[in-house]
Amino acid sequence: MQVNRRQFFKLCAGGMAGSTIATLGLLPEKAMADVRSYKLLRASETRNTCPYCSVGCGILMYSLGDGAKNAKSEIFHIEGDPDHPVNRGALCPKGAGLVDFIHSPDRLKYPEVREAGSNEWKRISWDEAFSRIAKHIKQDRDANFTEKNADGVTVNRWLSTGFLAASASSNEAGWLTHKFTRSLGMLAVDNQARV
Amino acid sequence: MTNHWVDIKNANLIVVMGGNAAEAHPVGFRWAIEAKTRNKAKLLVIDPRFTRTASVADFYAPIRTGTDITLLSGVIRYLLETGKYNKEYTLAYTNAALLVHPDFKFEDGLFSGYDAEKRKYDKSTWAYQLDEKGMAKRDDTLSDPRCVINLLKQHVSRYTADVVANICGTPKEAFQAICEHLAETSAPDKTTSFLYALGWTQHSIGAQNIRTMAMIQLLLGNMGMAGGGINALRGHSNIQGLTDLGLLSTSLPGYMTMPSEKEPSLQAYLDKYTSKPLADGQMNYWQNYPKFFVSFMKAMWGDKATADNGWGYDWLPKWDKGYDVLQYFELMHQGKVNGYFCQGFNPVASFPNKNKIVESLSRLKFLVIMDPLVTETSTFWQNHGEQNDVDPAKIHTEVFRLPTTCFAEEDGSIVNSGRWLQWHWKGAEGPGQALTDPQILAGIFLKLKAMYAKEGGAFPDAINSLSWAYGDPHEPKPEELAKELNGKALADLPDPKNPGQFLAKKGELLPGFALLQADGSTASGCWIFAGSWTQAGNQMARRDNSDPSGLGNTLGWAWAWPANRRILYNRASCKPDGTPWDKKRTLIKWNGEKWVGVDVPDFKADEAPGSPMAPFIMQAEGLGRLFALDKMAEGPFPEHYEPFETPLGTNPLHPKVISNPAARLFKDDKAQLGQHQQFPYAATTYRLTEHFHYWTKHARLNAIIQPEQFVEIGEELAREKGIGHGDMVKVSSKRGYIKAKAVVTKRIKALQVNGQSVHHIGVPIHWGFEGLTKKGFIANTLTPFVGDANTQTPEFKSFLVNIEKA
Repeated sequence: MQVNRRQFFKLCAGGMAGSTIATLGLLPEKAMADVRSYKLLRASETRNTCPYCSVGCGILMYSLGDGAKNAKSEIFHIEGDPDHPVNRGALCPKGAGLVDFIHSPDRLKYPEVREAGSNEWKRISWDEAFSRIAKHIKQDRDANFTEKNADGVTVNRWLSTGFLAASASSNEAGWLTHKFTRSLGMLAVDNQARV
Repeated sequence: MTNHWVDIKNANLIVVMGGNAAEAHPVGFRWAIEAKTRNKAKLLVIDPRFTRTASVADFYAPIRTGTDITLLSGVIRYLLETGKYNKEYTLAYTNAALLVHPDFKFEDGLFSGYDAEKRKYDKSTWAYQLDEKGMAKRDDTLSDPRCVINLLKQHVSRYTADVVANICGTPKEAFQAICEHLAETSAPDKTTSFLYALGWTQHSIGAQNIRTMAMIQLLLGNMGMAGGGINALRGHSNIQGLTDLGLLSTSLPGYMTMPSEKEPSLQAYLDKYTSKPLADGQMNYWQNYPKFFVSFMKAMWGDKATADNGWGYDWLPKWDKGYDVLQYFELMHQGKVNGYFCQGFNPVASFPNKNKIVESLSRLKFLVIMDPLVTETSTFWQNHGEQNDVDPAKIHTEVFRLPTTCFAEEDGSIVNSGRWLQWHWKGAEGPGQALTDPQILAGIFLKLKAMYAKEGGAFPDAINSLSWAYGDPHEPKPEELAKELNGKALADLPDPKNPGQFLAKKGELLPGFALLQADGSTASGCWIFAGSWTQAGNQMARRDNSDPSGLGNTLGWAWAWPANRRILYNRASCKPDGTPWDKKRTLIKWNGEKWVGVDVPDFKADEAPGSPMAPFIMQAEGLGRLFALDKMAEGPFPEHYEPFETPLGTNPLHPKVISNPAARLFKDDKAQLGQHQQFPYAATTYRLTEHFHYWTKHARLNAIIQPEQFVEIGEELAREKGIGHGDMVKVSSKRGYIKAKAVVTKRIKALQVNGQSVHHIGVPIHWGFEGLTKKGFIANTLTPFVGDANTQTPEFKSFLVNIEKA
């Protein structure tokens, strides 16, 4: 049975509660669209992997925004991927809160610096951040780089700065981290696997 | 994992020890429940606490923290004495029959070759007896007393049920039941799957905990079998991948080793790591080391790596010692470190002895944080009262905090515990000005490179030679980086079997690591990832979940290293003559010409059954090692050593050697070890199902369902100390204290050990002075700064504390 918006209200006025009508399957799509549209109908679905433990559950992320140049998409719902052979649609209590991780008020949004001895953060531009960090690296590396050890063996290492790599970043970020750190001569490189 | 998550359903017995999968890996753990319902499998849990995993187990046994080797060695003793092990498998596929060096011995807690001053072993006797060709001698009759299995029998003979009960506090009847359950799976058609996690690794004897279990799996014939294997349930979503990529001080991608200063030349380095055979007719796959290494160097340095410059050998730093995080924070504490980068990592919360970590960071000149979230490391300089009592004015570290995107805001791959590389897609932009990690690394690197070009400086050669062939140098794309990891042909690669044909043409992505060359004609950032992105496209993005065998090896879903193989060592699922140990677990079979099957065969494809080639193809003798040769720091057989903070104050087996004799302990940290007289209770840290590490305290839902810090104590101890359920308590170690609510529980009981009663105190880790939960103390304020002798993984799971009402 198809009903339009006008018929829907008539039916309601006729004494049947709207909720009963909906239960009977009489809910007209248009009428509902006028009141409050289903987010899912307009959502884009993106496949991802839960970033918490190592089970690697497949997830589906639902976002609004159609990918147009000036439309910023926002993820509003995440659920388990029912086709994934390991989790078959399930998520655990950690994964169930993923959307709150993405939208945590504690997400960092801007590059900042805390100057020596200061008690506050100061916003800086990316360019300033990159320049200042590169200067620090160069100053320390130039001062402390070891080309040869006491026995005259070429060692080309830089020990006075270290790098802790992530535990959830992608392999691709990890590979670039490897290239970055080793080409500078770093040996104090570790990741979460150590602990 | 040698196997993978879904494969757990094929097991007949599942042993969870050193982990709590129901809470820490809840969705993966469903496959253990599937085994119970589908296979009538038994679930056995051995843990100091009656965990949520224990609550669904068929059998639970308590154990004192840090004594797993004792219990497992007792199991080995039982298997060998009763003969309940797979003898054919053990003889053919392990080094049981090989003869050990005549001077190797074990006495009073120490193996031959110990140097007490250096706390290190000279391992020259931890070796096989070799024949005139340099091959290991063996005695298949097992009558020679120097056979590995005879030495093992002798070594474990001390671990009787009485000794196990005395050291572990595990009741004798429970231990007997564990032995019997495990022994049943020595039948060729039965398997055990061991699931473990950080409850085994985070000990000063962590690596040997795992080895002892692996030896049991070899004796039972469970390696290479569906429903068997060694299954590390790793803690984070991509520490498997970042380990695969060699992001550890002395590692290179694909489990190669970073050159040290003892290998001054490329030739010296390759000679050291190119494996030489220890038995005739073996695959000895590490003989291909030069192909993997040269291909890695070509990926690093591109055209700049040539045969003439040793493929850029001088551009890699050479180590004098490992700079693991404990070693490095020790140096930082001594004021010898100036700069530090933390990429998605929170050492203030994650490392032992939090106060030492904060003091160390305070001595840096600069600290760079790359993270999607606020971390305690980024605000270590802020005063948070008792929880972080510092004076910002006295801390001169310049701290940069750079916002990164998170998983939902980028494309890329991560590797799960089952070694599956799964590709994921971006669903939204990051917040504010957040950038991806590659964008940030590129931003810093390109600035630095420009500075070196302009001003000169120390050894710019490696910086200038680094291959950076990305479409937009400021934004290396995940696809570009993934293809670099996979590798490509740099020249046409002729097919030796078909003259005039080519295995790959110049510029093509490689189909697998078998094509890698040592002459510079191939590049591959990580040889074990070769095959993940081929000419046929991105294999990690595949989405065919069909499972024709019903064993769960969905070969069309994503891609597993190596070579899309789902169960490692699967040649061992068949007898030497090629017939499967268990027909319903047939993974591979010989079709008359080559090995085929429902998994990718882990063997030389055309090596017919009955040849001397053994299944553990990465080993020089092709065998699983009951005797570890020189590969472990503290001995070729596992031995019980007490935690560095022991509630007994002694080692009942050898009072002169109490703790791991090869573990490294810095002077200041030694002074900060507590004694059982002042700190009488055994403590262990752990996770809860509602939280992930120190991240989800920033996610509202998780902060709501588990909002406040607590510690768990048993009823008996609570009575003794006058502590009620819900009271605030102060838990202190020699290094500091935390305050938290007390949860008084029946789940932790006092254990009778070596004539005394030992209480455990449970310390969940998830709180800190940042986040949406109630503020809490960093649990690692309590933990000791000492690690495993092989891995330097800290001893978070076994330390001493005191407790009082706050």
